Amino acid sequence: MVEALFTLIVFPGFLFLGAAGVLAEFTDRKLYARLQNRQGPPWFQPVADFVKLASKEDIVPAKANHFMFKLVPMLAVTAATVPIMYIPIWSSQALFSFSGDMIVVIYLLTVPTLSFFLGGWFSTSLYSMIGALRTLTQLFAYEVPLFLALLAPAVIAGTWSLSEMSLFYAEHPLLILTNLLGLAVALISIQGKLERTPFDIPEAETEIVGGTFTEYSGRLLALFRMSIDIELVVCCSIVAAVFLPFGLNLGSAVGFVLYVAKVAFVLFLLALMRTVLARFRIEQMVVFCWKYLAPAAFLQLLISVLVRGWVNP
Amino acid sequence: MSTDMKVMVPIGPQHPALKEPESFKVMLNGEKIFEVDVRLGYNHRGIEKACEQRSYIQDIYLIERICGICSHSHTTNFVQAVEEIAGIQVPKRGLYIRTIVAELERIHSHLLWLGVAGHEIGFDTLLMYTWRDREVVMDLLAALSGNRVNYGMNTIGGTRRDFTPEQLQEILRTMDVLEDRTKYYIEIASVEPTLIQRLSGVGFLSKEDAMRLGAVGPTGRASGVNYDIRRDDPYAAYSDVQFKVMVNENCDVYGRTLVRVGELMESYSIIRQLVKQMPDGPIAVKAPRRIPVGEAISRYEAPRGEDLHYVKGNGTDKPERVKVRAPTLANLQSVAKSLENNNLADVPITIAAIDPCFSCTDRMIQVDDAVFTWERLRAYGIDWYKSQRGIDFREVKKLPW
Repeated sequence: MVEALFTLIVFPGFLFLGAAGVLAEFTDRKLYARLQNRQGPPWFQPVADFVKLASKEDIVPAKANHFMFKLVPMLAVTAATVPIMYIPIWSSQALFSFSGDMIVVIYLLTVPTLSFFLGGWFSTSLYSMIGALRTLTQLFAYEVPLFLALLAPAVIAGTWSLSEMSLFYAEHPLLILTNLLGLAVALISIQGKLERTPFDIPEAETEIVGGTFTEYSGRLLALFRMSIDIELVVCCSIVAAVFLPFGLNLGSAVGFVLYVAKVAFVLFLLALMRTVLARFRIEQMVVFCWKYLAPAAFLQLLISVLVRGWVNP
Repeated sequence: MSTDMKVMVPIGPQHPALKEPESFKVMLNGEKIFEVDVRLGYNHRGIEKACEQRSYIQDIYLIERICGICSHSHTTNFVQAVEEIAGIQVPKRGLYIRTIVAELERIHSHLLWLGVAGHEIGFDTLLMYTWRDREVVMDLLAALSGNRVNYGMNTIGGTRRDFTPEQLQEILRTMDVLEDRTKYYIEIASVEPTLIQRLSGVGFLSKEDAMRLGAVGPTGRASGVNYDIRRDDPYAAYSDVQFKVMVNENCDVYGRTLVRVGELMESYSIIRQLVKQMPDGPIAVKAPRRIPVGEAISRYEAPRGEDLHYVKGNGTDKPERVKVRAPTLANLQSVAKSLENNNLADVPITIAAIDPCFSCTDRMIQVDDAVFTWERLRAYGIDWYKSQRGIDFREVKKLPW
C-alpha cells in the first residue's frame, strides 16, 4: 500500500513527473529563446509561474458548469501522469507492463486533449468554445498518423508491449534505422498533440485570445499548465522509448543518463520546429495531416511489414 | 461544422491581436467570415482642436505625438503646409535632412510591421529577428536626433539639427548592415512554406475595390494601384533622387509584405543618394511668428500611405483650423472588404496588413440626437438598470451607504 502510494505520488508519479515537466518546460523555453536570439527565462521561471498561478484566485464563470469546470483540470493531470508507469525509461523493463500496454498509453494520452476540449466547452465563453472545437478538429487530424507511426516499430518487434519492444530493439539495435520516417511523423504529430506552433491553433492568442483556457485562472489554470508540461515529458519519453531504444541494457545509471540525453534531443527537435514555422490555419492543418502525414505513416508501416518479413520469415 | 452555425465574434475593443482599442465585429458562418462591422472612436484625443489653441511652434510638438511610429511624417506634413501659407523657402540642406529622417522612419516602421505580421500568424521568430534589427535603425535615429521615436527634427523653415560628416558616414555604414539583413528577410519571404501558405490569397482586395475604397500606400500598391506621393507629387528632396515605386499585382497580404520589403531596399538606396548629394549651406531660415491669412493642403507619403494635412491661418500665431487625414483612415474601409470570405484565423493578419494606427485615425463622430442633456442621461440610466438589471432606482428611497 505504502509502496503503491509512493509510486503514484513520488516516484515516478506526480512529484517526479512534475519536476521533470518543469525542467522540460524550462529547457524548451530556453532553447526557443536562444534560437530566437533572446536571453530566455532563468531556470526557476516555470516554478515561479506555477507558484504564482497557484496562489491566485480561481474564478469560475457564472454560466459555466461548476463541477465539470473544476474537475476537468484534475482529470487532465491524472491522465497525463499515468502513462509513465508503462514506459520503459532507463532499463528495458517499465514499472508495470502487460501485453498491449502501448494501446493503453496512447489512449491515456488522448484524455488530456479531450479534457482540454471539455474544459473549453464547459466554460461557455465564445473564445473557449471556438478553441474547444479547434482542439477536437485537430485531434482527428493528428491522432491517426501518430498511432500509425507508433505502430510501425511494434510491427517489427512483433509485440504490443513497450517493455518487450525495447528488449527486442536492445538485441537488434540496427533495426531502429528502418523507423526514421516514423520518427519524423511522430515528432510532427506530437507537436500537434501538445498544441505547439505550427499547430497551436486551439490557443492562437491573436485570434481567439486564450482559446480553450480563456476562462481558466488560478489553481485550475496551473493544473492545466502542469498537465501540458507532464504531457511534454511523457510524449518525449514515448518517442525515446519507441524510436531510440538503444543503451537500455547497460545498467540503470547509464540508462538514466542516456534517457535524459534522448529526451533533451527530442525536446530540441520540437523546439526547433516551433522556432522555424508559422502557425497553420485549422483547415490547412487537417489537409496537411491527411494528405502528407498519414500517407507517410502508411509508407512507414509498409516498410515495417517488409522488414518484419525479412527479419523473421 | 454545420453550415448554419452563425456567430458574432468581437475582435476588440480589447483583444490580443490589436495593439490599440478598436472594434471589429466579425460575423462568422462556421469559420468563414461573411460580414465585418468596423467601429472607430475608442482612442479619440482631440488633437486637432488642441492645435487651434496653441501657437504654430507648439503645434509641431503636439502633432509629432499624433503617431508613435510616423511622428516625423506628421510634423513634416504640418510644417510644409505652414511654410506654403507663409511663403517660406526652406534651404536645400534642410530638405535633405528632412528626407533622410523620413526614410529612416520608413525603415523602422516597415521592420516593425514585418515583426507584427509575423506575430499575427504565430511566427514569433520573425518578430524577434526583425525587432532586433530594427534596433539598429532606432539607435541610428537616436544618435542623429537624440530621440528614438519623437525626433523633434522639424521646425517651420527647416530643421533643428544638422548632420556632421561623421554622422553621414555612420548612416552609410548602417545602411549596409540593414541591407544585408533585409536580403535575408526577402529570402525567407520567398522560400518559407508556412509563411507563404498563411499570407498568399489572404485578404484579397482587387484593384477596382482598392481604387473605389481609396486605399493608399502599400495597401493600394499591393493591389496594383501605381501611386506614390514621393514620385507623383514630389516634396522635400524627392525630386533629386531616383527610386522605383514598388507595385505588386498579388492583391493579397503576401503582396503587401513584398511591397513593404521592397520599399525597404528602395529606402536604403534613397538614403545613400541623399548622403552622397548632400549640399552645404544653412539648414533653416527664420520664420515669422505670425503666419499670414491663408490655407494650404500638404501631402506626404508616410510609411503607411498618403498622409494629408490641411492648415488654415488667420494672421495670428495660432492656426484657425488644422485637419489631419491619417493613412489608416483611408485604408480602414478596405479592411472590411478584404476580410469577406476569409477565415477567422486570417482576421488578425488582414487587419495588421494595412499597418493600422488607430490613434492617428480616431475622430469624434457626432451622431444626431446622441448628445444627452443631464436629465435625459439620468432617465436613460434609470431605464437601463430597470430593464437590464431589474433595479428601479426611482423606488430606492435611501441608499445603503
